[in-house]
Amino acid sequence: MRILCTDIDGKEHELQATDEWSVMEIIREGGIPILAQCGGSCACATCHVYIDPEWKSKLPEPNEEEIGMLDGAFDVTGDSRLACQLIFNEKLNGLKLKLAPGSV
Amino acid sequence: MPDTNLITTDAVIVGAGPVGLFSVFELGLNDIKCHLIDILDRPGGQCAELYPEKPIYDIPAVPVCTGSELTERLLEQIKPFNPHFHFSQMAESLQKTPEGLWRLTTDAGTVIDSKIVVLACGGGSFVPKRPPIKGIEAYEGKSVFYSVRKMDKFRDKNIVIAGGGDSALDWTINLQPIAKRVTLLHRRDEFRAAPDSVLKMRALVAEGKMDLKIANLTALNGADGQIETLTIQEENKLLGHLPCDNLLAFYGLTMKLGPVANFGINLHENLIPVNTADFESSTPGIFAIGDINSYAGKMKLILSGFHEAALMAKKAFAIIHPDRRYRFQYTTSSSDLQGKLGVADAAA
Repeated sequence: MRILCTDIDGKEHELQATDEWSVMEIIREGGIPILAQCGGSCACATCHVYIDPEWKSKLPEPNEEEIGMLDGAFDVTGDSRLACQLIFNEKLNGLKLKLAPGSV
Repeated sequence: MPDTNLITTDAVIVGAGPVGLFSVFELGLNDIKCHLIDILDRPGGQCAELYPEKPIYDIPAVPVCTGSELTERLLEQIKPFNPHFHFSQMAESLQKTPEGLWRLTTDAGTVIDSKIVVLACGGGSFVPKRPPIKGIEAYEGKSVFYSVRKMDKFRDKNIVIAGGGDSALDWTINLQPIAKRVTLLHRRDEFRAAPDSVLKMRALVAEGKMDLKIANLTALNGADGQIETLTIQEENKLLGHLPCDNLLAFYGLTMKLGPVANFGINLHENLIPVNTADFESSTPGIFAIGDINSYAGKMKLILSGFHEAALMAKKAFAIIHPDRRYRFQYTTSSSDLQGKLGVADAAA
């Protein structure tokens, strides 16, 4: 399984994805620099990503905490999510996303 | 710097997070007095700033505690050693004195001479998040600010305050009476701030005494460091240009290594390589413990930092008390250690 992650320079990377890992961990393990300063506890907003519109509806809705934490991110849009709060599973095989400014 | 302000001590600890705090305990048992420096205005480091209310489950023998509870317990544990804290300041430079001591200077002008320095600075200093806007550096300190030192600076100015947390709301309410006009700029019409502040802000908007704009800030327009307007957008749609003399941006804090990188200590990928016998860096007398260090097998866990603090303190004893023989003791049985902890009577 895999995800497709576009880095801050616009280059797309195919990353090996593991069931039950957070998307932030998949990106980090894939060697793409991502700040993720709090280590995945939804406390810093430095793993902000934009989800490809085609994939947005396949993800569970963000909870209040994630929506609130996005206040500490920049250039937040309707496609914005925190990668540490997205848990990968086989239905997300092929998930496309892009790193947001402020997360590298 | 006049010498009258000079503090002399055994050890300076940079960083008052859990690992820095526990260092006070391990060093204290070894008769080493400590001063701690932290850029935050309170102890706890990441435990205070990032997850004060979040649970931690992997502290040995503490099945669960929050970041702030862990901090409180560590403060209680180190109380017998009476550490000196220097908060809201950043360690700025480190030099060797002719006497062979380490002279650490902070950006607040605190100068401390010590025999050893313990870098327990985690992911670096917490500094304000800077909006990723092209050319913003040229405006910083002139018309873009991340904190308020003197309110009077903003008198009769058109100010835009960006953010949706307590800092943004508090400064909106405090500066509204003296500014020419205050605009609060936030990405959504909800705020993560004290409900009372949100009510006050909404009342000011309703009375026409300030403006609230729901948008993203995407560009600064001006010249020579002076903003004229801010470009604001909703998603990809241009909403307009907001007239602005001063921008105050409150998007929270982020960690940056900062001046430690210029201390002359060997760094590898922004971490300090150490040996695992005593966690000394390649510079004798400078130790690095907790998230800031790197060695084979390193795991960035609080408990790893505690272990590192104990081994560091043993080497620190050899440096600070070269005439004394190191004695390995348990707090359970040593009346010497119990005396230092002030529990000699209780344990007897």
